[in-house]
Amino acid sequence: MRTVTVVGASLAGMRSAEHLRAQGFDGRLVVVGDEPHLPYDRPPLSKQFLAGTADTASLALGDRSDFDDLDAQWRLGVRATGLDASAGTVTLSDGTEIATDGVIVATGGRARTVPGAEGLDGVHTVRTIEDTLSLRADLAENPGPVAVVGAGWIGTEVASTCRALGLEVTVVEAAQEPLVRALGPRMAGMCTSLHAEHGVTLRCGAGVQEFTSTPHGSGRRVTGLVLADGTRVPAGVVVLGVGMSPNADWLAGSGLEVDDGLVCDAGLVASAPNVVAVGDVARYRSATGQLVRHEHWTNASEQPGTAVRNLLAGATVAEYRPSRYVWSDQYGCRLQVAGLTEDADEVEVVEGSEESRSFVAAYRRGGTTTGVFAMNNPKLFTRTRRKLLRPAPA
Amino acid sequence: MLLAACTVEDLPMGESVRIDADVPIAVFNADGRLYAIDDTCSHQDASLSEGWLEDCFVECPLHEALFDLRTGMPSCLPAKKPVRTHPVVVDGGHIYVQLVEQEAVA
Repeated sequence: MRTVTVVGASLAGMRSAEHLRAQGFDGRLVVVGDEPHLPYDRPPLSKQFLAGTADTASLALGDRSDFDDLDAQWRLGVRATGLDASAGTVTLSDGTEIATDGVIVATGGRARTVPGAEGLDGVHTVRTIEDTLSLRADLAENPGPVAVVGAGWIGTEVASTCRALGLEVTVVEAAQEPLVRALGPRMAGMCTSLHAEHGVTLRCGAGVQEFTSTPHGSGRRVTGLVLADGTRVPAGVVVLGVGMSPNADWLAGSGLEVDDGLVCDAGLVASAPNVVAVGDVARYRSATGQLVRHEHWTNASEQPGTAVRNLLAGATVAEYRPSRYVWSDQYGCRLQVAGLTEDADEVEVVEGSEESRSFVAAYRRGGTTTGVFAMNNPKLFTRTRRKLLRPAPA
Repeated sequence: MLLAACTVEDLPMGESVRIDADVPIAVFNADGRLYAIDDTCSHQDASLSEGWLEDCFVECPLHEALFDLRTGMPSCLPAKKPVRTHPVVVDGGHIYVQLVEQEAVA
């Protein structure tokens, strides 16, 4: 393999480039990114970077020497628009083509939006540096109430950050009980109670029906939301945290199977052996045989090791096993989850207490511990995770 | 500058303690040997004193970056920059850390 092209220059793309070099690939390495930036870290976009306590430079996933060491050709600010795996070409939005032997698809995803939000000033999503800079500027100019749509991780982190900036915040969630499926009723209740404790209103069980707006310049600017139950939520700024869609449209016509992401085998190899996928866009066959995608930082960091190994081997010689580790910082609390917490039949606090807001909880199914959740207890979280989820070798 | 950490009894093998100095310091007892490093992970805001200690390595509790307590060097991603190491002094049953200058030890 003389040329490998990594399409996507975020965490999964950066790790892929690093693994290629670390695993001995000494050929031509091309990295394509649709954003103008070198790879940067996205978790702070809803937290420190939104708060203004972290600057753009601090987000970089490497310094000058790290990028130099990769000896890669960076094609930034251009999108990949097509892939022909058998001919070995990647087509870019500027009309150029890259001749390549191997391709790593790391195109991530884009923030989903809500019908009616199109073209409205004051409605934001949080996925890129520019998204957060635009939101930050808008919050400074329009310090009226903030409405956050979606009580997932990004929504709650944005709500927490806006509240810490002194803004009045309402979180709107269509589900009756957010996080219940992921964490079970007890721990979900604990997380959702953080909103009220910090003076943020949480409205569950009614999604957004429409946006209210007023003429503004040559367009319109949002003034609030009307929920499905008729409730009106006034807002100077609206932030949508309603999930993401994988960026796989550009692979239409490639002959590769695309279905809610690029479909891969258990080793992240697509239906052509010289194409692998990593990060949010990779829909791979899990150990249980189902096709799954993960939309988390840890996954984007972990998958490239396996994908690169299989790409360089020309066959699936290693299968991917996710650690399923997720963390969130919100309302001054550090939340950490690992393993499987869904469908547990028992949840037990094994260290600390819920009242003290510092504890570790174990999730069990049929007597076997499958997952761990912790609040403000990183030390015992790690110990518990090690002890419970990684049995000592016999 | 000499910073007081804790008594020798307060830091049994396998344990760690955090000193709340201007720049927080983490002190570890790795199988009977004492090490001090900057407490804040060089990758992202996390306290290494809360990390997983194994041999003379500590794993960051947030993203599993691994640091060598002897040198402060990261031995795996996502951390790339070293943390500073500081000499540890034991005197009269108390553990002290001799703070090194601000510049990172490369």
